[in-house]
Amino acid sequence: MIRALKLFATVLVVGSLAAAQDVTSFEKRTTVKKLDNGLTVVICERPEAPVFSFFTHVDAGSVQDPLGQTGLAHMFEHMAFKGTDKIGTTNYAAEKVALEKVEQAYAAYIAERDKPVDRDETKLKDLEKGWRDAVAEAQKYVKPNEFPQIVEINGGEDLNANTSDDETNYFYSFPENRLELWAYLESERFLHPVMREFYKERNVVIEERRMRTDSNPIGRLLEQFTTAAFQAHPYHRPTIGWTSDLNSFSATDAKKFFDTYYIPSNMVVAVVGDVKASDAMPVVEKYFGRIPSHAKPDERTTTEPPQNSERRVVLQEMSQPLYLEGYHRPDFRSADDAVYDSIADLMSNGRTSRLYRALVRDKKIASDSAGFTGLPGNKYPHLFAFYAFPLPGHKPDEMAAAIHVEIEKLKKEDISDEELKMIKTRAKANLLRSLGSNEGLANSLALYQARYDDWRELFHSVDRIDKVSTADIRRVANLTFVPTNRTVGIIETKGGAPAADQKGGAQ
Amino acid sequence: MKGHRSLILLAVVVLWSAVVPRAVAQAADWQQIPIPPLPAFHPQQPKRFELPNGMVVFLQEDHELPLIDGSARIRGGSRSEPASKIGMMDIYGEVWRTGGTKTQTGDQLDDYLEIRAAKVETGNNVDSTTISWSCLKGDFDDVFKAFNNVLREPEFRADKVDLAQREMYDAISRRNDDVSAIAARESVKLAYGANNPYAREAEYATVAAVTRQDLVDWHDAHVHPNNIILGIVGDFDSAAMEAKLRQSFGDWPKGPPVKVDKIEFQPAKPGYYLIPKEDVNQSSIRMTELGIRRDNPDYYAAQVFNEAFGGGFSSRLFKSIRTAQGLAYGVGAGIGASFDHSGIVRISMSTKSATTVESVQALYKEIDGLGKNPISDDEIKRAKDSILNSFVFNFDSPEKVLHERMAYEFYGYPADYLERYRAGVEKVSKEDVARAAAKYLHKDKLAVLVVGNTADFDKPLDSLGSVTKVDITIPPPPGEQPGAPPKPGSDSGGETQ
Repeated sequence: MIRALKLFATVLVVGSLAAAQDVTSFEKRTTVKKLDNGLTVVICERPEAPVFSFFTHVDAGSVQDPLGQTGLAHMFEHMAFKGTDKIGTTNYAAEKVALEKVEQAYAAYIAERDKPVDRDETKLKDLEKGWRDAVAEAQKYVKPNEFPQIVEINGGEDLNANTSDDETNYFYSFPENRLELWAYLESERFLHPVMREFYKERNVVIEERRMRTDSNPIGRLLEQFTTAAFQAHPYHRPTIGWTSDLNSFSATDAKKFFDTYYIPSNMVVAVVGDVKASDAMPVVEKYFGRIPSHAKPDERTTTEPPQNSERRVVLQEMSQPLYLEGYHRPDFRSADDAVYDSIADLMSNGRTSRLYRALVRDKKIASDSAGFTGLPGNKYPHLFAFYAFPLPGHKPDEMAAAIHVEIEKLKKEDISDEELKMIKTRAKANLLRSLGSNEGLANSLALYQARYDDWRELFHSVDRIDKVSTADIRRVANLTFVPTNRTVGIIETKGGAPAADQKGGAQ
Repeated sequence: MKGHRSLILLAVVVLWSAVVPRAVAQAADWQQIPIPPLPAFHPQQPKRFELPNGMVVFLQEDHELPLIDGSARIRGGSRSEPASKIGMMDIYGEVWRTGGTKTQTGDQLDDYLEIRAAKVETGNNVDSTTISWSCLKGDFDDVFKAFNNVLREPEFRADKVDLAQREMYDAISRRNDDVSAIAARESVKLAYGANNPYAREAEYATVAAVTRQDLVDWHDAHVHPNNIILGIVGDFDSAAMEAKLRQSFGDWPKGPPVKVDKIEFQPAKPGYYLIPKEDVNQSSIRMTELGIRRDNPDYYAAQVFNEAFGGGFSSRLFKSIRTAQGLAYGVGAGIGASFDHSGIVRISMSTKSATTVESVQALYKEIDGLGKNPISDDEIKRAKDSILNSFVFNFDSPEKVLHERMAYEFYGYPADYLERYRAGVEKVSKEDVARAAAKYLHKDKLAVLVVGNTADFDKPLDSLGSVTKVDITIPPPPGEQPGAPPKPGSDSGGETQ
């Protein structure tokens, strides 16, 4: 009896706490301030442990790479770890002069190297040597990796950054007593970045390309697939960059990219953890308010024209087969965004998903199959994609046929009420589960603030899913999943032998 | 653009002088920024109790979100599966859940749970199996019931055994598609021995040999309360939860304890091992030898060494191989340590084909450098600062604290292991680090594996020494390709060839 009462009491107490996880409760502990220079700061108090995490969200990604300079947004992201005029140098005045000489020497070298006719090989060798000597001279002033080192010795955790087609993120976590140190480091990085060791870091990035794309069959397929699906919009270019561009662009180019796009009005900084907004905001403002503002760059991009015939990319690889297809859809602002999310969930989420049940469980032709949205980004019109990994002995064409059966069902029949309920319940639960970590929250709050100019959209996105109807799903499926709007990417095994009969998987 | 520059400058000046007048002077040097002491933080420890039948339970309340998650770890894992049935535990880890219970098929269970946005999942490790759940607190009773049924009355239905086997065949067929996966897998075989239970891998034949009865037998032999550690974290009241658990598991009798056979390590002979792969332009390099256990007194020194030599952005290898020489995107190294068996000493990097041999030599130079130019006081201070200042991230959530405690319980480590770790790291001296480096990292004892496109190497690998070619041809399924029957051991690393 006592036990039962106690249980009941617990439920009551916790019931009221549960309500503390909606947008109203977050409003009480979340503070947003747009600084005079245009930079937006979001601070969310989450005093669970004496630590905090941050995300610096920069609204520029590889879509903004200039023509002939693919990979530049990502390259700058690497350079943002190289320090400032005060960090990473033994003598910045002298280093600055040396770095200018590197750029002059590099420009002269590239001009000769890229001459279409009358290239003078002897002169080219001299110019290359001149450039390399200048690099060696500038290197004398470098304190290698001092910037990340300061973060690490101060207890920085998960220090990293990422660049996508749509945006660039910088992040790590610190013990809470390093808030001011963080504000200094993170603002200085975008106030006084120095393009030191640029050409060595460019080699590191080329290695990254070899790892992710050149030496990986799925990486090769994705690059070719995306390039085929987008012919006009910059999504057709790989974020990592084409090799010739990587071997061409300069530190001057990277700095120019920075000057153009890393402006305060393009930046959202979200801080989540054991911080008090009343104490933290003045510190953040003091340091980040120094970043000079200027006008937003021209943001026009080409609109991808409607696709009116199927495109196919078929790679012959020394690896096992894979089937991928994608359909153009509108950007994240579309009124149907939540419908696409619902379709992705229905088709792909777990063992109740339609593709798992059809291709993996029932037909037994694939080891994995799913649909997802956001390829290669979602800020601009992009792709909703489906894929399947054929089981040994099965071919990509069978995957296509089976996926199309499921797509046709979506178009012709309403999904069940149970399925719709599942999608909606899951959306709510997934949001809840995402709120329990400083890093995850900082990432989400920065993203939603940047995308919608309002972090509350993180919560409203679930409300939009809650409004999705079975008719919406049929309508959007009929609108989107049509053959002329489709790009197909296939890996076939070189020689054609399916896996189980093939002697050597990897000669 | 030029016209804007003066305006920009002006804006800067205005901001500095008007909005934050003292920021410039204060921001001149990061070392002058005050770092107040970190407030004392005593993370909440989970409540531990043991049921009369030997089940150990940890309860960790966390009322931030209306969720309740739990996981049970059961002694016994893939290191104990028979050599003729490698892959059995992977299948067990999947079919335990997908095969359903006495009262519900796995598919019915999927529907039952997904409508609640809940999960019950099972899995397999080298030394244990796991079963976990995650649910909204309002669904706890429903989901815990499903968890309990899967835990105690799984059915391992045959159709799901078949499905799991197909998935295993698929994984086997794809295992040579990715160069880094090959390097990771084969380097473990070199470090431990190809047939060592921590290194060996499933083949078509060993997967085909697994039967439903094997899974039932394993379950009956291992899943007894005295072999289980259960941890629950979330929005519940501990006293009520304890009562519920005592009631749920009170009737469950003890079973025989799990025994683990002694495991032999047979590291490959030092030298060069080569796996040619034509469709890549980057080589994966892995140098390995046998590492240490976490209860080794040198563990703390090894941790400081790892941080300084091959850890983060400021480690020697990162600075030299990546930053200074631009040879790699990924590079790292460390004296690996496991709780109850030797870890692996590992140096790894990837580099373009044309700098493969150059990179091996560059790594050697760094190892040699440890003798000539031992990790300095400065490097040690940085490494220790890095470990100690980020120490709080070991327990910055109730869930992390719970999982640490469960791990110490499982391996018989003291409950205050983290505190001992901190004290141990603080005490590490320069001499300790030099000694640990010399004791565990030996240039002449390393097995050096290269996976890459040999035609494009800067020099042949055998310019460095004699090379053993590792055959990673996948043995065909039994009954297929009668001309090439699977040869025992032919799949598994070069040291036998």
